This record gives sequence, structure tokens and C-alpha cells, in this order.
Amino acid sequence: MIVAERKTIPEMVEILKRHKKILVLGCGTCVTVCLAGGEREVSIIASALRIASKVQGLGFEVSELTIERQCDNIFIEQAAEAVEKCDAVLSTACGAGVQAIAERYPQKPVYAGLNTAFLGILEERGVWTEKCVACGDCVLDKYGGVCPITRCAKHMLNGPCGGSREDHCEIRPDRPCAWQLIYKRLKDIGQIERLETIVEPKDWSSSLSGGPRVIIREDHRV
Amino acid sequence: MGKYEPKIIAFCCHYCAYSAADLAGSSRLQYPANVHIVRTPCTGRLEIDYYMKAFENGMDGILVAGCEEGSCHFKDGNLLAKRRVNSIRTVLAEAGIEMERLRMVNVSAAGARPLVEYIKEFVETVSNLGPIKTKETVKNTTTGAGK
Repeated sequence: MIVAERKTIPEMVEILKRHKKILVLGCGTCVTVCLAGGEREVSIIASALRIASKVQGLGFEVSELTIERQCDNIFIEQAAEAVEKCDAVLSTACGAGVQAIAERYPQKPVYAGLNTAFLGILEERGVWTEKCVACGDCVLDKYGGVCPITRCAKHMLNGPCGGSREDHCEIRPDRPCAWQLIYKRLKDIGQIERLETIVEPKDWSSSLSGGPRVIIREDHRV
Repeated sequence: MGKYEPKIIAFCCHYCAYSAADLAGSSRLQYPANVHIVRTPCTGRLEIDYYMKAFENGMDGILVAGCEEGSCHFKDGNLLAKRRVNSIRTVLAEAGIEMERLRMVNVSAAGARPLVEYIKEFVETVSNLGPIKTKETVKNTTTGAGK
């Protein structure tokens, strides 16, 4: 899932202060699961904005709405009436959702209320960790399902860097060394010989380095 | 207008603080009338929204009174509440409300006296802070209006 984090209230106020009628628009998908921009968080943000408005005399009129998915036009339609009535939208979706709303309502200022952080999972209650950088050319098959590009700070493809300390990364000592995990996992699944194959430098043109990406499925087009 | 009297909500857990408040009444222990007690099945039941909406609708302070740590009727509801209260204090500070206006305390069902002390102390803290400083209240204070 996409993991995001709320911007601070002063940041939001700074972004919104030129407007009066504000719609805080939540998204019911990834950001709900990572507790950053779902219905519950929208309610908290809206309340905090109303309080900040009262304290600073900003005259905000804050309304709230959460739709199922902001990155999908079918669901965006449900927000049409609320968007129409407001001066600006503060979207608590990921960057994709914010831009989808802005594209659908070209005359309306749409701002991001969250900082979209990464593609990750809930590792334990309250802890989300990054697992994928969406490089566009998955290499997980070679590494026993542990991604060295995402989880190794140096993106090493052919073995550890030598800097890990007690199975932990030297760049982020609170995170496990990806290569330690790869070695253990390959050993556990009986594929340790995979490490004998030298992996060529990665072609990054399928990642963001190759420019904005698009996938076209002719079989699904109308 | 007379002396500033803050409006305060005390969310009291059914299994401890509410009984303590009840006991305070039977024991004839006085506590300030500014405090409106709201019974909750457990402090862990209190959503962040409840606190936000209370402040949004004009409360000057919120006291959360849960069971003593380690003796929650639902095992860890009071610990969840503690974490939640700490995180809301940050949001409140970001929005411009002093974090001292939200406080969590732990009392037992027999703790009528400690509860009364906590309430008195909290009412004093909020009274000293004065009304939540909005553009309007600041204007009234500087112009002398509303005194």
C-alpha cells in the first residue's frame, strides 16, 4: 500500500490561508489503512483547522468528505457537489489522488494535506516500513523475495557492502541489513546458489529516471 | 462580567474515576462546579475526535480520568488513552491551543480524594491559562470588552 504522513497543521494553514471555504477530502483506500488520510483523520484535521482558524482569525469554513478512492474517476464523481461548493480542496490522499482530483476539477485549487512517503507494509502496530520503490523491473526473484534496491541503503545487487553491524544497516542502524535477510531467506528456501550469479548493473530507464511512466493495455482500451 | 469560569469536561472511566467521583459526592468532598463529568465505559473508548470536537465547541479544558496503570478493567484501555492523549496534545499545540488544557490522570475507584485534588489542580491550571486565545478574545482583552 501507499504510505503517507500528515502535514502539520501550521503547514496546512499556510497552504490554505488565501481561501475561506475549504473541503477536507479524504480517501478510503491506502491512506485510511496507514491512518493518515481516511475518514477519521479527515475529521481530526478538519477540527484542528477550525480551531486554528478561530485562534488565528482566518475565517475558514471547513467541510469534510471521504470518498472510497481518489485515484479513480468513478469515485471522484461522488465528490463533485462538495468540490463545487468550496473554494479549495485539501486532499488527504496520496500524491496520485491529489493530482487526480486536480485534473478532474481544473478550476479548483487542490492541495496536498499529506506527504506521500513510500510503498510499504504495516510491520507492527504503528510501524510502517518501505518495501518497494516501484522501479518498474522487479528483481525479487533473484533475492528470495527481499528487495535489495529498496531495503539496502546502497542498493547493492551483488552482496553486502561490509558495513553492516550486528545484522543491521550502517546507514539506518534501526533497520535490518537487507543482505543479511537475503542470505538467510535464500538459505531457508534452498536457493543459496543464486548468489553465485553476478547480476548486471540495473537498467533504470524503467524507473522514474526514464521519465513519467505509463502502462497501456490495448486489450482493455475502448 | 465576573471572574472567568472555565468550562471543563472530565471524561471519567466507569470502573474507577466515575465511582471515585460518586464517592466524592457521598463523602461530601467539594470540587469546582466548572467540571462536567461524562461517564465513559473505558478511557480507551475515547476517540481523538471527541477531544477535538469538545475544544472546537468551546470547552476550555479536558480532563481524562482513567484507571491506575496496570488495573484497567479492559486490560490496557487506559494505556491506549494515554498514548492518544499525548498525540492529541501535539495536534492541539499545532492548532494553537496550549497542551496543558488536556490532561490525563489515573485514579482508583476508591480515590475520591486524589480525584478531587486532580480536578482542583486542573481547574486552577485552566483558569490561569484563561480563555482559549482567539483573535476575538485577544481583541476583547486589549479593548477591555467582555470583562
